[in-house]
Amino acid sequence: MIESLLKGLAVLEREALDAVATAGDADTLEQVRILYLGRKDGKVSAILRALAELDPEIRPRVGSEANRVRDVIRDALERRTTELTALAGRPREGPDDLTLPGRARWVGGLHPVTRVIDEICRIFASLGFTRARGPEAETEWYNFVALNTPLDHPAADMQATLYLSGNILLRSHTSPVQVRVMERHQPPIRILAPGMVYRRDAPDASHLPAFSQIEGLAVDGGVTFVDLKAVLGEFAHRFFGPETRVRFRPSFFPFTEPSAEVDVSCIICGGSGCAACKGTGWMEIMGAGMVDPAVFEAVGYDPQRYTGYAFGMGPHRIALLKYGIPDIRLFHENDVRFLEQFR
Amino acid sequence: MNISYRWLRALAPELRDSPQEVADRLTMYGAPVDEIVRLGEGLGDILIARVESVRRHPNADRLTLCEVSAGGEVVRVVCGAPNVRAGAWYPYVPAGGVLPNGVRIQQTRIRGEESNGMLCSEAELGLGRDQGGILELHGTFEPGERFVEALALDDHRFVVDVTPNRPDLLSHVGIARELAHGGVAGVTLPPFPAGAQARRASRRRGGAPAFAIAAADTIGEVDGVSVRIDDADLCPRYMAAVIRGVQVALSPEWLAGRLRAVGARPINNVVDATNYVLSELGQPLHAFDLDRLAGPAIVVRRARAGEGLTTLDGQARKLEPDMLAICDAERPVAVAGVMGGSESEVSSTTTNVLIECALFDPKSVRRTRKALDLSTDASYRFERGVDPTGLPMALRRVVHLIVTVAGGKTTAAATDVCPRPASPVVIDLRPQRVAQVLGIECNASSVRAQLKPLGFQVKPGRRGFLRVTVPGWRSYDVTREVDLIEEVARRYGYDRFPADLRPYRPGTVSDDPSFQREEELRSELVACGLLEARTAALVPGRAGLVPLANPLSAEEGHLRDALLPGLLRRIEHNFGRGLRDVRLFEIGTIFRPGAAGGQPVEATHLAIVLTGLRAPAHWSGPGETIDLWDVRALLEQVLAPAHFYGAELHPWAGDHVYFDRDLALSVQVSGHVIGEGGRVRREAVDAPPWAGPVWGSELTLPDPPPPPRIVKFEPLPAFPAVERDLALVTPDAVAAVRVERAIRAAGGEFLDHVAIFDVYRGPGIPERTRSLAFRLRFRAPDRTLRDEDADRATGAIVSHLREELGVEPRAR
Repeated sequence: MIESLLKGLAVLEREALDAVATAGDADTLEQVRILYLGRKDGKVSAILRALAELDPEIRPRVGSEANRVRDVIRDALERRTTELTALAGRPREGPDDLTLPGRARWVGGLHPVTRVIDEICRIFASLGFTRARGPEAETEWYNFVALNTPLDHPAADMQATLYLSGNILLRSHTSPVQVRVMERHQPPIRILAPGMVYRRDAPDASHLPAFSQIEGLAVDGGVTFVDLKAVLGEFAHRFFGPETRVRFRPSFFPFTEPSAEVDVSCIICGGSGCAACKGTGWMEIMGAGMVDPAVFEAVGYDPQRYTGYAFGMGPHRIALLKYGIPDIRLFHENDVRFLEQFR
Repeated sequence: MNISYRWLRALAPELRDSPQEVADRLTMYGAPVDEIVRLGEGLGDILIARVESVRRHPNADRLTLCEVSAGGEVVRVVCGAPNVRAGAWYPYVPAGGVLPNGVRIQQTRIRGEESNGMLCSEAELGLGRDQGGILELHGTFEPGERFVEALALDDHRFVVDVTPNRPDLLSHVGIARELAHGGVAGVTLPPFPAGAQARRASRRRGGAPAFAIAAADTIGEVDGVSVRIDDADLCPRYMAAVIRGVQVALSPEWLAGRLRAVGARPINNVVDATNYVLSELGQPLHAFDLDRLAGPAIVVRRARAGEGLTTLDGQARKLEPDMLAICDAERPVAVAGVMGGSESEVSSTTTNVLIECALFDPKSVRRTRKALDLSTDASYRFERGVDPTGLPMALRRVVHLIVTVAGGKTTAAATDVCPRPASPVVIDLRPQRVAQVLGIECNASSVRAQLKPLGFQVKPGRRGFLRVTVPGWRSYDVTREVDLIEEVARRYGYDRFPADLRPYRPGTVSDDPSFQREEELRSELVACGLLEARTAALVPGRAGLVPLANPLSAEEGHLRDALLPGLLRRIEHNFGRGLRDVRLFEIGTIFRPGAAGGQPVEATHLAIVLTGLRAPAHWSGPGETIDLWDVRALLEQVLAPAHFYGAELHPWAGDHVYFDRDLALSVQVSGHVIGEGGRVRREAVDAPPWAGPVWGSELTLPDPPPPPRIVKFEPLPAFPAVERDLALVTPDAVAAVRVERAIRAAGGEFLDHVAIFDVYRGPGIPERTRSLAFRLRFRAPDRTLRDEDADRATGAIVSHLREELGVEPRAR
């Protein structure tokens, strides 16, 4: 009861002040005065008169508020009267109505996946990683064999690969860039390789045949599993927030050993379990591991001298999580009402 | 891989973890549990009942009246199942009880006869899909026993995600070894629950069947059956046992229940026994009807040209000479490691069986199952790797189980034909290398403590090395020192490693400048009010495009060679949703055919599409739609950040595939066309009638990007300028750009700036000419310019224009 009365008064106050401010001459201003403070039918006056009928419990609070509103309106009327008197007789110099909307320009925006890629690259840049690029149409050698994935091993089936012809394929991950970089450069290596990858997956709410991935690689003498945990943990905290919990658990990738999956506490529920994290409280954000010595041998590094870690993550997927987008296909529809949300 | 919690606990009796704890530990050991399925839920009211008698319902042909005993008094149940028979056991809900789907069964009258409760089908109990009849139970029960307890149905099924390097985890024993406290020492094979049949069998024989195994090199013999391996490369070991006198029937409930708990379908006691041992130990097994084998003999050899067989799934299969076949004396009877043949399948009339327990080359099995497009539980395990040392135990286990549930006996020693005995994998491990890779303190005893429970034997070796012998079930994924290091890390627990950031040396690879270039382009275009789009590189086919060999659909069967068509489809998508103002750009990879047998040629393109109003509608005016000059300005504006130094825009000569003739521009760098833009032809866009024209452009970005332009400060002018306006009557054949160039050429040292400010056609101007109005600005760096200086320069310009281009100043 009291809340609705006070809220009504607040609305009345706002209305009255707007009316006072936009009144352009003394006659209009007088009409405004009568509408709110008129002795007979003024909206505020009516409330003040009705106070007597109120429950004595709430009367003092409503009464003092109503009096305050009346005083505020009265003061505004006085000020406006003075202003109008000063302006009287002078022609208007500007347009008659300054409340009309301004002349807008189109505002562009980056695709949400690009925003995520840029943010990831910025964080890793501050950790010493530079960006590298490799072709999207690759050979089996770079996509599989040099990455310790013999084609006759079931590990080659972990991703359904799209082939072009013979041994030429569309890369199924950005990991081939690791090999290309190590072939051309000597350690220390500290690179990030963002790019598109391709899989023979029918499109659905969580799959696209073409999506983005970011590969990371750090190689030098003395790089250890502890460094991997430290750098990836640091990234997760900077990207997802300092409160985020990070979990590393064993996994398998042919080109890293030991291998790990990196999970962060669910950004929707904070880790208590929800539909987004299938009740586990965790969300998988990347695969990682220590570079397998077989990969070093394939590129001519001495695996006794150098160690390193590699990691890979999917900006499309991370953008889904970050923005709460329910269907990955929205990224490729490019509906302007979708794209305009991310700027 | 489906794992039953009960089964697991039977193998590891000391395991006290709850199902959730089991799932959590497996996840942290590297075998994440995707799902825990609660089994036997909602079956608390179901009892086991015996049907004492069955007679026709007097008022319904399809219904029967059954007298049912379920502990208390015998009650009457009206039953509609065709398979109900007196003397058999069935699950039963008494009146007042509830089915798993929540339906409460009431005492009722059906066609005038009283019915107290219901006999249930598999489907009604949520145990399977079979709703053809009620579920007949096989075994010895007490009337009124609780169904869930008697069949041990209250269980949890773990759906475990096993990575391809860990075939040892494709069995209950393998999972138990990971979880059991004390590791492998805590895992034992429990005895089989002895049913009536088994009790009879053991009475006859007096104990569990024990049988000898006779080793052989390439040719063995079991109970009169010769067993020969012709291709030891593809089959290093083949064991076989013969059991005579089996009675093929449905499995006892405990066995069928175990299979159901892991999601398998019970078939008959012999086949179920092989599937049971497969799920328990991970060894694929096959039972042949011995009397269907010609010879009788088993020959393991490559298929011959033209050979084939019908597999258990009823498909006729043609075999190739690189495929390994299990043959009898005459023909193939099984595809080795993949699937058996239907002719030698165990059926209800089978009495003598030959059990195959073999090892096949993983690559050969993989090749064969891919060629046949036939993946089975057996091929899945063989291609990942089956424990080469586990065969004898698996064969003993399955023979024991068959004899227990199907009767029969083994009268002769089993044969173990082993032309290529597996030698154990032994690895030298340096504890300091463990520390070098993992970054934590390690010594011999801490390493041993992680490895030993997993079945690795660790002995001291030379020079501080540890000599580690790998158990057979890990002989595929643990072959190198680093594989052992991973085991140490895994068992130590990833979460126990510290995560301290340490100093690092900067890398030798500099940031690829193309990323920076693209960032600049993107922000430039965003500032111009464009939205970034991302379209798929996989497009429908057209001549000249790079095709995919195995596309998912024809719509995604080729690689794009341009971005514009994809963006036009996105314009259509937005038109389709009533959106008329669309401004998109994309930077992406395009592909063109490369050298034969080589990779396609890739390039990075930039494309732009625009349609609708130049600015959001405003009350002050009608608003203007985007036109050629907007496209031209965008091209001029994006050229600089795209590092196209010296790029020029020219009118497109002739027809263009996307753009309207006379409304198309080409972008050229030293005579090479590197891009184009203009108004998109109406027929190139599926646009609704209300849609405005669509403008577009596409550019190839230079690779590598040229070095950034060097910017040098220029002193600001210190003296005022003098301006002159010059209106020039210019023939249509003379392009504005030529006039401008001629002005600059003749302008002299003080000409500072030239700009067109008006173009006029109409009264006062001759036909086929137009007036171009230029504003010229003159300035001297060291003094205030006089009017005479400007007039003299303007005069020079006018006479130059007249001579060179035939252009005259407009008369005043």
